[in-house]
Amino acid sequence: MNPSLIRLEGVSKTFDNTKVLDELDLSIKENEFMTLLGPSGCGKTTTLRIIGGFEKPDTGKVYFDGKDITGAAPNKRPLNTVFQKYALFSHMNIAENIAFGLKIKGKSKSYIDDKIKYALKLVNLDGFEKRSVASLSGGQQQRIAIARAIVNEPKVLLLDEPLGALDLKLRQDMQYELIRLKNELGITFVYVTHDQEEALTMSDTIVVMNQGYIQQMGTPEDIYNEPENAFVADFIGDSNIIDGLMLKDELVEMFGVRFPCVDKGFGTNQPVDVVIRPEDVELLEPGKGSLEGVVSHLIFKGVHYEMEVMAGGFEWLVHSTSCFPVGTNVSIHVDPFNIQIMKKPESEDEEAVGVNE
Amino acid sequence: MSKKLLSGPYIVWMVGFTLIPLALIVFYGLTDKAGAFTLENIMAIAQPERLNALLRSLKLSLVSTAICLVLAYPLAMILKSLKVGRGSFIVFIFILPMWMNFLLRTMAWQTLLDHNGVINNILRFFNLPELKIINTQAAIIFGMVYNFLPFMVLPIYNVLVKIGDDTVEAARDLGANSVQTFFRVILPLSMPGVISGITMVFVPALTTFVISDLLGGGMILLIGNVIEQEFTFTTNWNLGSGLSLVLMVFILISMAILAKYDKEGEGAAF
Amino acid sequence: MIGRFFKRFYLATIFVFLYAPIAALMVLSFNSSKYMSKWTGFSLTWYEQLFSSELIMSALRNTLVIALLSALIATVIGTAACLGINHMKKVPRTLMMGMNNIPLMNADIVTGISLMLCFIAFGVSLGFGTVLIAHITFNIPYVVLSVMPKVKQTEKSTYEAALDLGASPLKAFFKVVFPDILPGVLSGFLLAFTMSLDDFIITHFTKGAGINTLSTLIYSEVRKGIKPSLYALSTILFLAVLILLVIGNLPKKKNHEAIKER
Repeated sequence: MNPSLIRLEGVSKTFDNTKVLDELDLSIKENEFMTLLGPSGCGKTTTLRIIGGFEKPDTGKVYFDGKDITGAAPNKRPLNTVFQKYALFSHMNIAENIAFGLKIKGKSKSYIDDKIKYALKLVNLDGFEKRSVASLSGGQQQRIAIARAIVNEPKVLLLDEPLGALDLKLRQDMQYELIRLKNELGITFVYVTHDQEEALTMSDTIVVMNQGYIQQMGTPEDIYNEPENAFVADFIGDSNIIDGLMLKDELVEMFGVRFPCVDKGFGTNQPVDVVIRPEDVELLEPGKGSLEGVVSHLIFKGVHYEMEVMAGGFEWLVHSTSCFPVGTNVSIHVDPFNIQIMKKPESEDEEAVGVNE
Repeated sequence: MSKKLLSGPYIVWMVGFTLIPLALIVFYGLTDKAGAFTLENIMAIAQPERLNALLRSLKLSLVSTAICLVLAYPLAMILKSLKVGRGSFIVFIFILPMWMNFLLRTMAWQTLLDHNGVINNILRFFNLPELKIINTQAAIIFGMVYNFLPFMVLPIYNVLVKIGDDTVEAARDLGANSVQTFFRVILPLSMPGVISGITMVFVPALTTFVISDLLGGGMILLIGNVIEQEFTFTTNWNLGSGLSLVLMVFILISMAILAKYDKEGEGAAF
Repeated sequence: MIGRFFKRFYLATIFVFLYAPIAALMVLSFNSSKYMSKWTGFSLTWYEQLFSSELIMSALRNTLVIALLSALIATVIGTAACLGINHMKKVPRTLMMGMNNIPLMNADIVTGISLMLCFIAFGVSLGFGTVLIAHITFNIPYVVLSVMPKVKQTEKSTYEAALDLGASPLKAFFKVVFPDILPGVLSGFLLAFTMSLDDFIITHFTKGAGINTLSTLIYSEVRKGIKPSLYALSTILFLAVLILLVIGNLPKKKNHEAIKER
């Protein structure tokens, strides 16, 4: 359907002997909301800065619309960035900030004035033209940073953790705002964040990164429901990651108990990682499930109860709408289609579960 | 609250040793020896020799301030661009001479520029034409630039390092090339530092009498020399105070002009 | 590549401009000849002459004593002032800071003359005491300038927390607030100390006859004709400043890094 607009080929980058990106390939489609998601130091911001032209890759190429732009300066690229700390120009008022790019391009005054009005309306800050940067709240400054970028009609908007400095409520509002903006503008967004909820809410495509590698790329549903490895499973939402043994197709053994599942093609008697989401663990009366255990912790979370169940020598994380007091004997049951089997990582580089936030 | 009393000694001291002495200058400047009101001491500046000294001071201090600015801005930019660890050491090197005694620094230039000084000895050794710069206005400018350059570098550098990389990147991102980025973003943002640098160079240069004394051979009079002589040789305090008032007017005018450009008042050297 | 070469060339040129005079003085201080035009051999004569000159030594003593005393007194007055000013309302606070700016902005020659007029008008004879008072006067604003930002930064809540935990106001101040503003107080003291060491103009007008600091002594000596023992003095002073600043900057740097890592 959509042709690829930006393509990164074999991009590597090293800072002070630390490899930040290693042979990264990435393709971003036109009109896509793509999120680069990962812990700090995973290379997501570097990837964005390479697309923006603020860093040159050590090796590899960046293509825009089929043209090689690897060596192009930031001011020669048809894309704009919304910076993490907004980077507004404090010596200019709001209108001057927004007009900056247009004045550089030598647009007429009436065109610029129209654009400023339009952009301020778009970010719900009509009438802010003469205000100074310092008089604005963080959320307002963020909107101005977006307005300043989009008046230049970029084909791609790069956003570097733009909501990181805002408080929770504002962050949630801005998420919907950004989706609306993207639909109204009809352009490509490349969004960097370490917040999995943000990524799941807004994206068409999520790219989960860790230690300079892409761990998984797919729709939010794919990423959440079918994580390809333990890192993705652990980083996106809560999950139980259990050492298992794939006896044969559609049958996995955990803690000496056999569980039927739906995965195939892992061979016979292969060690695997098994991912089970906490909301997929069902607690039954003793003897009625597959594995016996005792509730060891209980917290009320509003929507559900969060429990820890000691079973088979493992602390199972369980989300349930029914409450089992601490000390209750329970039996664990998991439906076959809720069991997600993953290959054990082959190299240390790929593993990297060390989420250091 | 009793806490405000903590500033009591400060207020007493500043009133006693700053405000009252300044009031005395105004009083002496506007009276004659008998204590009667007069404008003669102020009008005395119109006498050709004194007027020339004032104009010469203005000229030399403006030229040296301009030279300092032209030398210091690129230097501050380069210092900012250095990597942090090594950078701070190099910055340290460039402000170190500031801590050396002012008179010794000036004496050093006298030694270098003298007819039989170090530079001329080297030139003579290579059979090159000699430098005849000592006891000229050029020598005074040399001395001013040398003495006051760090006072220009430091405030500009301090403001430049506060400009975030992302601000510069944002300008590039919005289509500005490096020249446009400099003139539209970096320079305007660094104006407070430039202003405070100009003040820190211009005022001492305008009022100095030491540099002109040591490098001008006592033959080139600046307004500072004229005033100093009224107090130490002729001991006409009324006249000296009157001339000081004129000098203060010039300082105030220059500050007012500069303050117009420094709306934020952010420029600070320390 | 050209940019990098230009940067280095520029740094090097300014470096030579700044250090050539100092280097020349250092070399000449070891010259056995009295004249700067000829190098006649290595000698320590001028250093001997320097240390045996009672005139220079007493000027050195005066300079150090005045710098130390004036910096100390200015630090106490200035720090107390900052704490007081911080509790003032906006208008008196602006007034206070405005008053603080007068000696900073004013030309040294005017400050010097005004103090001299004041001393004489009130019948105070010029000497060590008047120089000390003058130095305290121009040092206080530097202390206020370095301490004020730190005082503004201190959280009221930490002081209140100390009171809440049972400390007396005085104890709370010295245990909680003072450590916070200490870096500002120290840098204010050092700034005042060096400003006092370096001052010539104000001392020149307030010292009267019979007392000299290094600056005023150098001035009168240089006007008579340069003496090589002053080269020796320059060399020693430069090295002393260099060593002091290197030592002073080492722990400061660590502090900066610690702040950055937070």
